[in-house]
Amino acid sequence: MLAVDSLTKRFQGLVAVDHASLAVPAGSITGLIGPNGAGKTTLFGMISGFLTPSEGRVLFDGADVTGEAPHLRARRGIARTFQIVQPFAGLTVAENIAVGAYLRHPKRADAVAKAREVGTRVGLRDQLDKPASDLTVAGRKRLEVARALATEPRLLLLDEVLAGLNPSEIRDILPVVRSIRDGGVTILMIEHIMQAVMTLCEEVFVLAQGRMIASGPPRQVCADPQVIEAYLGKGAAARMKAEEAVDA
Amino acid sequence: MSARDLLPAIVALALLAALPFLGLSGSVLNFLVTTLIIALAGLGWNVLGGFGGQYSFGHAAFFGTGAYATAILQMKLGWNAWGALGAGIGFGALVGLAIGYLSFRAGLRGSYFALVTLAFAEVFRILANAADFTGGAAGLLLPLRPGLATLQFADRKLFYLLVLAFVGVALLISRWLERSRFGAHLIAVRENEEAARALGVDALAVKLRAIALSAAITGAAGGLYVQSFLYLDAGVAYGTWISVEALLAPIVGGIGTAFGPLVGALALQGLGEITKHLAGGIPGVDLVVFGACLIAVIAFAPQGLLGLRPFRRRRKARGERTVPVGA
Amino acid sequence: MYAPQILIEAALNGLMTGAVYALIALGLTLVYGVLHIINFAHGALLTVAMFAVWGAFALVHVDPYWAMVGIVPLMFGLGYGLQRFVIGPASHGNDNNVLLVTLGLSIVLENGLLALFRSDTRALDSDAALQVIELGPLLLSTPRVIGFAASLAVTGLLWLVLNRTDTGRAIRAVAREKLGARLVGIEVDHVYAVTFGIGCACLAVAACLLMPTYYVNPRSGAAFVLVAFTIVVLGGMGSIAGALVGGLIIGVVESFSGLLLGDSLGQIGIFLIFILVLLVRPTGLFGARA
Repeated sequence: MLAVDSLTKRFQGLVAVDHASLAVPAGSITGLIGPNGAGKTTLFGMISGFLTPSEGRVLFDGADVTGEAPHLRARRGIARTFQIVQPFAGLTVAENIAVGAYLRHPKRADAVAKAREVGTRVGLRDQLDKPASDLTVAGRKRLEVARALATEPRLLLLDEVLAGLNPSEIRDILPVVRSIRDGGVTILMIEHIMQAVMTLCEEVFVLAQGRMIASGPPRQVCADPQVIEAYLGKGAAARMKAEEAVDA
Repeated sequence: MSARDLLPAIVALALLAALPFLGLSGSVLNFLVTTLIIALAGLGWNVLGGFGGQYSFGHAAFFGTGAYATAILQMKLGWNAWGALGAGIGFGALVGLAIGYLSFRAGLRGSYFALVTLAFAEVFRILANAADFTGGAAGLLLPLRPGLATLQFADRKLFYLLVLAFVGVALLISRWLERSRFGAHLIAVRENEEAARALGVDALAVKLRAIALSAAITGAAGGLYVQSFLYLDAGVAYGTWISVEALLAPIVGGIGTAFGPLVGALALQGLGEITKHLAGGIPGVDLVVFGACLIAVIAFAPQGLLGLRPFRRRRKARGERTVPVGA
Repeated sequence: MYAPQILIEAALNGLMTGAVYALIALGLTLVYGVLHIINFAHGALLTVAMFAVWGAFALVHVDPYWAMVGIVPLMFGLGYGLQRFVIGPASHGNDNNVLLVTLGLSIVLENGLLALFRSDTRALDSDAALQVIELGPLLLSTPRVIGFAASLAVTGLLWLVLNRTDTGRAIRAVAREKLGARLVGIEVDHVYAVTFGIGCACLAVAACLLMPTYYVNPRSGAAFVLVAFTIVVLGGMGSIAGALVGGLIIGVVESFSGLLLGDSLGQIGIFLIFILVLLVRPTGLFGARA
């Protein structure tokens, strides 16, 4: 569904992303992991159209969308969330989601109905008529997902939706992500929480210092010595093993 | 929009329409006409500044263009006043579109946008003051010719009602903004342009439509102004006074709300009149009060008069919220 | 079409005016660089200072240059107080609010002066304005030469204060990294107010330098404020060197466009530069801030 072909982004001499390629098959949940500063969010920016690549192409459903503006990609069916969640402060939760829903439903009544449905789906039913600025961090993350989902995308890019949540909140939101995929939306997610990546993703790409250093099923990738070297560090790898032992 | 959405607007307009039939004196009526014209200019500012979050310090550019076009088309080309007013509104929108295109394409926002709009208005003022077809520094004097085709009425009440009709249309547009896709997009762009774009909003197009609409409404206020006073010069048309009045009314009344500009204009102009009477003709005292009001509103009532407690409860009950200036 | 002597005189006059413009812009750019706000009341504050100079001369016969001794600290105090007790608290840390609060302030100041002094234009009733210095074939107005020299001196002094004193270091620390400065014990609100006060002190100096050859009415400052904004934008928001160079450029541009276009259209050159710079290169000639 999505193919990223040798994408490169240079900021005044600094290479943030260096000939990175990845492919997201339709219907999958694919993970994008890597240490801080690896260039994951920059890559997301290029996929969603906020940053123009220095080199390389972005293909969506076979069409070259490399130079297209973000709102046009949204119309094609690419939606994204932002790492720093910022709800539209003056609006209620439902109205926030409706901004997304208006993309496919120009009439207010239809858009609001769609917004309430999506809001309910991500577990915001009781908050729909509250001001968005009153939401907790976990609520804002859900709102961020709901807004993107309301555009009825075929590909959803999630940028660290779990960051800043406590373990029980993460447990609550994992089924939401899975149900979105089961509803027919392909997902590419940046995530730091390995437990979530392990349980959700079928395939994982690892970005380190702008380069794609590994890809494959999460367990295989985590065992890759190059990944452990670049990303996890030896101590973390040991902890991971211990956690796996507990899980088993 | 349902009938219930429109009810408050209809009630307010009906009350205002009944006002001149209470036997008001000519000077009170004149005061009301001026106040409504300022409210109209403020309703225009509010589309861009309130709903769109783009603070213009130069709405005089649109007001003046509407006024000059209305006057010049009648005087030099012999147009009918209605046509001239319509064209004035169109010219206002065009100027808005041009300034918006240049500024928004360059990515200007916040203080930079405020300053560039101010500079555009000043350029227009200097040009209008120097050009021949605007009457230069001497200004333009519309000949007094009462009649329906010239939009000059022997009965001041009729002109008042005409201005009120325009205010009514602007109010309906504002109500529509509160309940439409375009309005939602505009607010989304105001709150977080990046997030809005990710949701499929063409931010530049939204801002351009907003500034064109905003400029058209303020241009209409300019056209009505010249029809009301039959005189125009560069300082009146493109002066900072109207840029300031156009932003004061919505900010004091309640920024980003349909009724804010109307409430703000009535409150401020009323307060200004009272101050002038108390101060006994000392120039500038009313404006000192306006400036103090502006500071006080920002400091203590960022949602304006409509955000104050007696008004707020009703709004909340309907699941609506006024919008703080930038919080 | 113009004699070389006229052109040279226009250029020199432009430079001399430009230096005072630079001084006015200096206050604005300093406040922007540190507080990251645009002080819309800058022009009105200049008017206040000019009335103070006029008042000192007309009422107690203090020479405008000597008046600096009193008016500079007074304006510093006024600026400190306004930022600390009005602008800061009223704007709740929001940039658009600062713009509106300082706009409100300028309306209050300008019209307060109008109520007190009416719209009459006032000048110092002194013959100092007529003194000239002969420079070869050129005649230069003595007060304007003094203004030029003093403006450059104050700019240099300000640079020294910012780079060589503890207060200056604190100001630069706050400008660079507000939170970090607070963490190392710098009282940010105080530094903000001091910076605003210094900006107003620059205006006081400018007023003392302007008044011998200029006049004042309640709208005088408004004429300067857009010029000052143009300079600040041209030189790069927050850049002191930029304000100086921008001021000199604008002074010369104004002088020549006045010569070529006449008084009524002369100002338009400045506004067009202003719009052009904002649209094409909003970081200015020296600005690094993207």
